[in-house]
Amino acid sequence: MFYREAGQFKTSYIADQSILPIAQDRVFVFGFMAVAFLGVPWFIDSYWANAIFVPFLAYALAAIGLNLLTGYCGQVSLGTGGFMAVGAFATFKLITLFPDLNLIIVILLSGAITAAVGVLFGIPSLRIKGFYLAVATLAAQFFLVWLFNKVGWFFNYSPTGQITMPSVEMFGVLVTGPSASPAARYLFCLGFVVLFALAAKNIVRGRVGRSWMAIRDMDIAAELIGIRPLAAKLSAFAVSSFYIGMAGALYFGVWLGSAEPIEAFGVEQSFLVLFMIIIGGLGSILGSVLGAAFMTLMPIFLKNFMVDGLAVEVVTAKHVEITLMGVLIVFFLIVEPHGLARMWQILKEKLRLWPFPY
Amino acid sequence: MNPERPPNGVLLEVHNISLAFGGVKAIEDVSFDIRDGEIRAIIGPNGAGKSSMLNVINGFYHPQQGSITYKGETRSQMKPHHAASRGIARTFQNIALFKGMSTLDNIMTGRNTLMKKNVIWQALYYGPARNEELKHREFAEHIIDFLEIQAIRKTPVGRLPYGMQKRVELGRALAAEPDLLLLDEPMAGMNVEEKEDMCRFVLDVNEEFATTIALIEHDMGVVMDISDRVVVLDYGKKIADGTPDEVRGNQGVIDAYLGVSHE
Repeated sequence: MFYREAGQFKTSYIADQSILPIAQDRVFVFGFMAVAFLGVPWFIDSYWANAIFVPFLAYALAAIGLNLLTGYCGQVSLGTGGFMAVGAFATFKLITLFPDLNLIIVILLSGAITAAVGVLFGIPSLRIKGFYLAVATLAAQFFLVWLFNKVGWFFNYSPTGQITMPSVEMFGVLVTGPSASPAARYLFCLGFVVLFALAAKNIVRGRVGRSWMAIRDMDIAAELIGIRPLAAKLSAFAVSSFYIGMAGALYFGVWLGSAEPIEAFGVEQSFLVLFMIIIGGLGSILGSVLGAAFMTLMPIFLKNFMVDGLAVEVVTAKHVEITLMGVLIVFFLIVEPHGLARMWQILKEKLRLWPFPY
Repeated sequence: MNPERPPNGVLLEVHNISLAFGGVKAIEDVSFDIRDGEIRAIIGPNGAGKSSMLNVINGFYHPQQGSITYKGETRSQMKPHHAASRGIARTFQNIALFKGMSTLDNIMTGRNTLMKKNVIWQALYYGPARNEELKHREFAEHIIDFLEIQAIRKTPVGRLPYGMQKRVELGRALAAEPDLLLLDEPMAGMNVEEKEDMCRFVLDVNEEFATTIALIEHDMGVVMDISDRVVVLDYGKKIADGTPDEVRGNQGVIDAYLGVSHE
């Protein structure tokens, strides 16, 4: 009843092809953005930034990246953690080699470097598919982490093997390092995620996105109508790794501040981001963000609920939380195998008719 | 069946094609030509090598012997995407649509080889990339109108009934504005009405878009009605080639279809 598109006619292809063709969606999304950009920074404190918003945004960007590759192009990858490490170490090296370089340029360059590495590890995808490809990308994961752990040049021969992000200013405001304000860090990440989520949406509704989906759905037919598998698959690896590299840069630079490869970029990261896109919805940009939100917020919510609400001991709560997360994942996948994005869509369809049954 | 059509030049010619998978000979020494603007049927019993022949023409299989002359250019092998960009489009015996995508997206994918803007323009989706998208959208809508599938424009094709999927697949092939359209059993599994619709579309495509068509079909009524010339394959060999009437009377063809007594 409140969500009806009746009377909204499209008179041009531009209007028909817009990302938000329905007026209610536009109002909702612009309102949401206004709150995110103008409202949240006023009350955000360092707990909210460190525990919730910044990790959520970094993971959202990584999930969008992986979804472009796995959800849209159908190439399963378990190398996400490794590619995030490439982005993080590239940022570290660039910022220590050229301290005067603008942080945005540094992060974009880190993404580009990760894209090149991603293409290199994407070459096997031309020969192998499915689970076999997943194992090949797993090799990338282990190799990259090993490389960053062993070769001193990457961490500037620091005795601990850790990399530490220096404090960097953007527009006269500190955005990284321990003394950066929570609002600045939040806004910096939010800007990146919103901008690149929009770019991802544009890519997937255009020619490149269609060629990826064609490869995913029926690779032989795609080849016969003139899509080159080489170009489509490697471009998917490149764009996906670009996003994951930037996510790694934000993850290390803005959130963690200092990182050690095995702990911060282990294979658990790869699985975590893969879970995000499966729960959020494969082949959906919105789903990537929802999945990232679910996987970062739910554990915190469960912990707070148990510790503060039920007065459970912290250690016990941690164990129960892990178990409950597993149960919830299974539950959500049984209820809706196509993820949260599909649930959102069904909800909107229901809202069209509510409160009348037909 | 169109005797009034003037004789045209040859669009595609296959010379002495032989194709084997290991010890299995799928096609042996087959030659025929397809003239510009005609509807050319390829018929034969199951396993005669018809689909393999189409796969050879659009570069998916590489024959061990023989060559293909297309638009005056002779080569023994062609890459599928090369064939596609040179104007050969096809549909498949078992529908090979992109099931997760909408009808419109499937048809737009057919125009992929004609679109050029790179991924960075696409990400901006402003200016050149959008103009390109709109230009091709207009053509896609033209095809949607032609095939009368406006109502299912935004439906994921996986949800469509079989006959509609066949139609969308034809639309995807047409979107590339092909010079040569290869149809692999476009009417398989359809009821009489759907077959009649599809025949009408095939004839209209041939006339309105001036597209040359090579089709494989098992329904002899359809083949004899709509095709200009027919080539008959049996066990990978060509056994007849000519107008529908000539082929109908050919003893070898009758034997291949009805069998020969071995007394």
